[in-house]
Amino acid sequence: MGAALGSVLRAIPLQAAEYAHSIIEAENADDKAGGYAPRFFTPHQFGTLQLLCETIFPADADSGGAKEAGAPEFIDLITSENSDFQLKLGGGIMWLDSTCADRYGSPYLECTHEQQKEILDSIAYRRNAARDKSLSQGVEFFSLLRSLTSDGFFTSKIGIKYLGYIGNSFLTHFPGCPPVPGV
Amino acid sequence: MQQSNPRRKIFDVCVIGSGAGGGTAAKVLTEGGLSVVMLEAGPRLHPETDFKEHVWPYELAHRGAGVGARARFQLNDEFMAPNGFWDIEGEPYTTAPGSTFRWFRSRIEGGRTNHWGRIALRFGEADFRAHSRDGMGHDWPITYDQLAPFYDKVESYIGVFGSKDNIPNAPDGVFLPPPRPRCTETIIKKACDHLNITCIPSRMAILTKPLNGRPACHYCAQCGRGCISASNFSSSQVMIPVAQATGRFTLIANAMAREIVVGKDGKAEAVSYIDKSTRSENRVYAKAFVVAASACETARLLLNSRSPSFPDGVANSSGVVGRYLTDSVGSDLAGYFPQLEKMPAHNHDGVGGMHMYMPWWRFGKKNDFLRGYHIEFGGGRDMPGVGGFDGVCAENEGYGVGLKQKCRSSYGTFIGFSGRGEMIPNDKSYCELDPNVIDQWGIPVLRFHWQWGENEIRMAEDMQDTFRSIVEAAGGTVRGGTRRHSHAGNISTGGEIIHEVGTVRMGNDPKTSALNKNCQAHDVKNLFVADAAPFVSNPDKNPTLSIMALSWRTSEYLLDQAKKGEL
Repeated sequence: MGAALGSVLRAIPLQAAEYAHSIIEAENADDKAGGYAPRFFTPHQFGTLQLLCETIFPADADSGGAKEAGAPEFIDLITSENSDFQLKLGGGIMWLDSTCADRYGSPYLECTHEQQKEILDSIAYRRNAARDKSLSQGVEFFSLLRSLTSDGFFTSKIGIKYLGYIGNSFLTHFPGCPPVPGV
Repeated sequence: MQQSNPRRKIFDVCVIGSGAGGGTAAKVLTEGGLSVVMLEAGPRLHPETDFKEHVWPYELAHRGAGVGARARFQLNDEFMAPNGFWDIEGEPYTTAPGSTFRWFRSRIEGGRTNHWGRIALRFGEADFRAHSRDGMGHDWPITYDQLAPFYDKVESYIGVFGSKDNIPNAPDGVFLPPPRPRCTETIIKKACDHLNITCIPSRMAILTKPLNGRPACHYCAQCGRGCISASNFSSSQVMIPVAQATGRFTLIANAMAREIVVGKDGKAEAVSYIDKSTRSENRVYAKAFVVAASACETARLLLNSRSPSFPDGVANSSGVVGRYLTDSVGSDLAGYFPQLEKMPAHNHDGVGGMHMYMPWWRFGKKNDFLRGYHIEFGGGRDMPGVGGFDGVCAENEGYGVGLKQKCRSSYGTFIGFSGRGEMIPNDKSYCELDPNVIDQWGIPVLRFHWQWGENEIRMAEDMQDTFRSIVEAAGGTVRGGTRRHSHAGNISTGGEIIHEVGTVRMGNDPKTSALNKNCQAHDVKNLFVADAAPFVSNPDKNPTLSIMALSWRTSEYLLDQAKKGEL
């Protein structure tokens, strides 16, 4: 692919590539300086968000998890700009903490691993809300958080690698479907 | 008096709008030797800074979701070339009680050609005389044979790939070679062969070979982001630069046309426009005017150009301006295909859009509805993006390594199908000036009336049946529509397919049409329309290629008239 890249790049104005990378660097510079200061969530809530994201898409033998993928920072950023998300996610984490306090006597982050699993197992499925109406707000919250975590994970470098996407490149010709039995 | 101002610059032609129609007119007219001034309601386009081609989602803090993740819920994502919006702040439109209509408008040099799907289909012979064939709608005042040479010119200039397939009423064109099919397309083609549904290489305005100084496609699948190498067609990169190179072209950006001013001799003499950057009123003078602001915006400008001789709007003595508004019939469905789970990782990108499609394959047969539709389809191992895993997450629920693995195994296994069909114009679908609402520039806005006919509803149902049969024949399972339609049932919301046409239609009878067969206003000889407003019908074939062919024909007629001194 290297040869193809060189031949096509000649046709593309250099300043275009430079510009794209300069805006990217500027956007990233904010977040790279020192520890991350959450824009919307309190430090406690952000810690909870990090744990939830990592629990939704954890590191495993094949790749890092949602935390390494920057999903919590991405969710914090878009939530800081979206009042609907502020209500649903900010409120959702408070719902989770107060529900944990009622059930286990401490907020989610301080619950035991077993307690955390128990509450997540109850809000991770719609059918549970059908059985127990007191869970429905938690199920709604978790459903949105799961979607946004999938955004954050699968648009990251490690998430894209995990999926095996190959492309976004310069080809001189497109080879089409590789020979695969049955296709 | 303004008329006696000796310093007033008078251009040969003023073109309003810089999209497919306006760009084509600017090219043909300036190359023909005329001076052209173009009004564009938005800013100039700067591809080298405006396009985000080849940027990975993780290189942007918002990952493509945009500020507040708003782009997650719109047609635009953060990567899209500057193109347009469903809602423009300060420039509303309204809908009549009981009607729903969505209007996607551009305010940028190049207009909607910056984002369009590049699908470039010729209308067929039968499309120009649909009324003669089935008694519905109206015939065009021109035939396919009259427009065909201009399709040739457009395709030869802009570059369209495809293959010669001799399909009834889906004419072949001047084609570059088509790209090879992706795996998803190979699977669906096989199923279509089994079902006797025609499935052929698509016809797209993307270069598979270098043409007229533009390099060939480099297969990154990102046409919608804008192409830095201009290997796909946009008016901003392919039409306007050549007009500019003639030295006879002036583009006035951020100029919102408000009114066409008619002189004492009954001819148009100027356009009043708002300079958006200063909020000031200006005029530009010309000997002839080509309106190409997009079908509904063009109708709005004519309706707003009221004078004692034209109390209902310029060129509207027939009262048809705003009438006969149509959009394509749209319906979508997706399928899951388990055989794609076994596909090894490979580069699936290709061009920005489909490599194959299904032209209307039941032409001339007895169907439950009149006219026809074609099918577009796509999916597979595309670049991951925001929202791409919503469906898998909602279906599987839960969390953890299991969900993560499920997302990976189902990645690239979905194929979405979109039908695009012909709507027959009806009396209940039209636009008019809202009597009570103006935009921030003081210009009265459009109010839309919309109703699908029974024929369209039946056609959309047929699309769904066809999609299901294709999904099943290909060994897949149906997974719901690919897009959320706000209209009840299986049919898209009016305007949503962004194929609005017909609002200033052409015809031989000045009582029932606003323009003659050369897209020249019956009432005002130096006024022309060059977007989709003149269309008499809205065949299933996406309108952009026909907008350009018709604009090219209109522009050559205008050139000829200018040479004869008729303007």
